[in-house]
Amino acid sequence: MNFLQSFVNSMPNAVGQGLIWGVMAIGVYITYKILDIADLTVDGSLTTGGAVCAVLITMGWNPWLALLMAVLSGMLAGLVTGMLHTACGIPAILAGILTQLALYSLNLRIMAIGDDAATKATLALSPDRNDLLLSSRYIRELGLNNPLLLLAVVMVVVIGLLYWFFGTEMGSALRATGANDNMARAQGINTNMTKVLGLVVSNGLVAMSGALLAQYSGSNTIDMGRGAIVIGLAAVIIGEVLLDKVFTNFALKLLSCVIGAIIYYIVITLVLRLGLESTDLKLLTALVVAIFLSVPYWKGKYFSKPVKRGGSVNA
Amino acid sequence: MLDIKNIYKTFNPGTVNEKTALRGVSLHLDDGDFVTVIGGNGAGKSTLLNAIAGTWLVDEGTISIGGVDVTKLPEHKRAKYIGRVFQDPMMGTAATMQIEENLALAARRGKARTLRKGITRDERDKYREYLKILDLGLEDRLTAKVGLLSGGQRQALTLLMATLQRPNLLLLDEHTAALDPKTAAKVLDATELVVQRDNLTTLMITHNMKDAIAHGNRLIMMYEGNIVLDISGEEKKKLTVEDLLAKFGQATGSDEADDKLLLG
Repeated sequence: MNFLQSFVNSMPNAVGQGLIWGVMAIGVYITYKILDIADLTVDGSLTTGGAVCAVLITMGWNPWLALLMAVLSGMLAGLVTGMLHTACGIPAILAGILTQLALYSLNLRIMAIGDDAATKATLALSPDRNDLLLSSRYIRELGLNNPLLLLAVVMVVVIGLLYWFFGTEMGSALRATGANDNMARAQGINTNMTKVLGLVVSNGLVAMSGALLAQYSGSNTIDMGRGAIVIGLAAVIIGEVLLDKVFTNFALKLLSCVIGAIIYYIVITLVLRLGLESTDLKLLTALVVAIFLSVPYWKGKYFSKPVKRGGSVNA
Repeated sequence: MLDIKNIYKTFNPGTVNEKTALRGVSLHLDDGDFVTVIGGNGAGKSTLLNAIAGTWLVDEGTISIGGVDVTKLPEHKRAKYIGRVFQDPMMGTAATMQIEENLALAARRGKARTLRKGITRDERDKYREYLKILDLGLEDRLTAKVGLLSGGQRQALTLLMATLQRPNLLLLDEHTAALDPKTAAKVLDATELVVQRDNLTTLMITHNMKDAIAHGNRLIMMYEGNIVLDISGEEKKKLTVEDLLAKFGQATGSDEADDKLLLG
């Protein structure tokens, strides 16, 4: 009974975390699912978003403005990865790792802005001292300051904007690039540009998630983004496995990433209550993602009919 | 319409895999020319089409389309002038997108992609009409994912996409080779229909000598990175497969023609 009660008590927090990471998961969905690129920048840009937002808030900026700046900083990180990949010809996965690594140093510097120290690994935020948009402190309160309310609004706005964008000529070009870049180029789409654009949008969302997370949890730490890509993938994959057949509309596909993130955090809360250490979570997450990624491969390899191939050998 | 002057292309230069695929090819196409291209494996047919389309840049020589020098333009910028259908049915369409979305992408070939709607209501009606030409029932499946279509349907759709916006030049790279004979004939009929209707300047590679003779007003044959035969006008109309083989032997001084060409 005690176990169940504490589990239920921690539900709002799991949902809150899930919503915040859901923004991040949507970013991962854009690169991993739409562009077909595994972008590892996100481990760095999540923390960058949190760092920029936290520093600006401690300096007394308006929290909305700080959030906007965080998004822009993430977009810049995406731009760097995009340029490394397209203009410099570095494989996408390596380009992402390079930016992520560089961001680690940068994030330590950003967090120390306005401080005597040259670098800083943690930056604390408190609703008592700082003007915050949301805080986990009010997660069980029935009022306008409940973070779930704000997060729900943010989610609707984000999904709405993306739904509109991916329906435009530019957004369609981006989708075509991921679906078949040969075809995209033959239709006059500058696929280098669309790839950069996708990485910029994605990392903007990831940084936004970081900025929300820093405020929600009351601190921004340098390790916040470590393994973020795997959590994002877990959310995307859980959402896809459970809802792919039901949610066919694009907006609902994005929503399924968010639902995936919420389920992920509910499961995490559960296993923590069952006695696992929080440091074990990365192992668990990696296992979950590995298994879910293997299933379609095994299915294709062992349970599918052979595909008939036609045509002459060469042209 | 198309002017190719003395182009060269060598792949993997300086390595053991070095291969000179084009050796000083020159070719001029008049407006409305429908040219069929034949030749054995490795003769340079596809390389020629890719050179024109800008898949990579040529080492030497110049290419101009409709008076515009495109030699240094990247692929996506040349797309403004060129419609293409590939050999592989998977290559010309986006499988995870709907039929109408694919058409809408093609309708904007060579135009700036803005934040306007990716597809409008008027367009949908237009596409439904266009698709009827193919006689494949696709006009009732506008929102179906292209991945659900057969190879023949995808090639026919790609053909429609390539010509949705009238291209200055239509490039067909063995676009019926991967299809069964019946479907291939249907796609070829649709090709003939569209090319005639819009009076399109066309380059069509085929491995089928009969098709090469039956279609177009001009036929060129490639061998070892060069054009060795160029037949047009009355001569082309009277051409038979036997003639073609004999001419090939004369032009290249080789009698290995039969197998290479027929199997190619």
